[in-house]
Amino acid sequence: MKVLKWWKILSIICILYTIIAGFLLPVPALPILHESIRNLYFHVTMWFSMILILSVSVIYGVIYLNKGFKYYDIVSAEAAKVGLFLGILGVTTGSLWANNTWGAWWVNDAKLNGAAISLLFYFAYLILRNTISDDDKKGRVSAIYNIFAYTMMIVFLGVLPRMTDSLHPGNGGNPGFGGYDLDGKMKIVFYPAIIGWSLLAVWILNIRIRMKSIIEKLHTH
Amino acid sequence: MLLQLIYKEIKLELRNKYALGGIFLYVIATVYTSYLSFRNIIHPATWNALFWIIMLFASINAISKSFTQDSPGRQLYYYTILKPQTVILSKMIYNALLMILMSLLCFVFYAMFINYLVQNLPIFLLVLLLGSIGFSSILTMISAIASKTNGNFSMMAILSFPMLIPFLITLIKVSKLAVDGIDNSVCYPYLTVLILINIVVLGLSYILFPYLWQD
Repeated sequence: MKVLKWWKILSIICILYTIIAGFLLPVPALPILHESIRNLYFHVTMWFSMILILSVSVIYGVIYLNKGFKYYDIVSAEAAKVGLFLGILGVTTGSLWANNTWGAWWVNDAKLNGAAISLLFYFAYLILRNTISDDDKKGRVSAIYNIFAYTMMIVFLGVLPRMTDSLHPGNGGNPGFGGYDLDGKMKIVFYPAIIGWSLLAVWILNIRIRMKSIIEKLHTH
Repeated sequence: MLLQLIYKEIKLELRNKYALGGIFLYVIATVYTSYLSFRNIIHPATWNALFWIIMLFASINAISKSFTQDSPGRQLYYYTILKPQTVILSKMIYNALLMILMSLLCFVFYAMFINYLVQNLPIFLLVLLLGSIGFSSILTMISAIASKTNGNFSMMAILSFPMLIPFLITLIKVSKLAVDGIDNSVCYPYLTVLILINIVVLGLSYILFPYLWQD
């Protein structure tokens, strides 16, 4: 029997731990938030893993521009798709949370606008890929858009929330989550959760790349 | 070389007047349509937002053609004699000039027909200038990307909107301050952000355009 690679096992353990401990361990009792604070382990970690995977996408985009091997383009495109998926999950979990704490599914908030813009960027990226038929040109043009979009996204995510008030913790005078979590009870779940979800994202990416490479090979032969 | 290219763009534009005339007519017609729909806007926030939305669509319209009007033969000719950076810079500078002219025209007509509510004119004009340059540099790069695809105009809108929305939010915010006549010192951080975004776009285009150009 083939044994799973160590990081896949680590991912499974971390996610199981996140789900079990995340729902069972005690959390700080806070007004408004109440038990919904447990969403921290799912909502925030989605954004962490999205940024990670999108960074992979842009790095492989840069490598593709310089080297020109098809494989780098496949990695870049698949990473963008996985990142988009994580972003949609992040928006969904955030929307549920917002409805229970702020009283609306969507609010005009700097971070929500940033999230919406990031999603728009990557939807546009996928549409761009579909409009070009030539493989080499497709890879090059979409890598250029990817680098452009990613850099602008980082600039906007860094700049916009600082200019306006935000309902999110840690912005606009609100204390960050570190301020709520006085005795570090949440950290012991939160950090493994980041590792677990990020590794799972890498795992999904890994499978998608292998799938896409096989499809490519079938098409060329 | 750069100046010659810009000069060539201007000459080309003046030769077929319909392009330039079309852009100006588009602006005037949009402002007039807004005038017929709104009559008079007294509310500063609405006035400001509508102005920038007109500017947004007018600029997408004006710049979308900047890479498609050169025939493939002429592009090949440029490719043999010019550095790609010169080409993108010349297009950007030319489009910036065009946008500045267009935004001033739009502002004058908008003020004439709809209302004039600006209380801090110098800052508003500065925002107009930075906005024009920003729109032109973002859209020039995007139109270069969109010219490589099949469906040009719709691609232009799809690709540029995510980039323009945050820029537009910043523009609307700072020009609202100028409209309300708020002290200059409050506006400076926003203006710095606009300049920063302009520099980032310029730098990225300068680095990335050579890869796009090699066909």
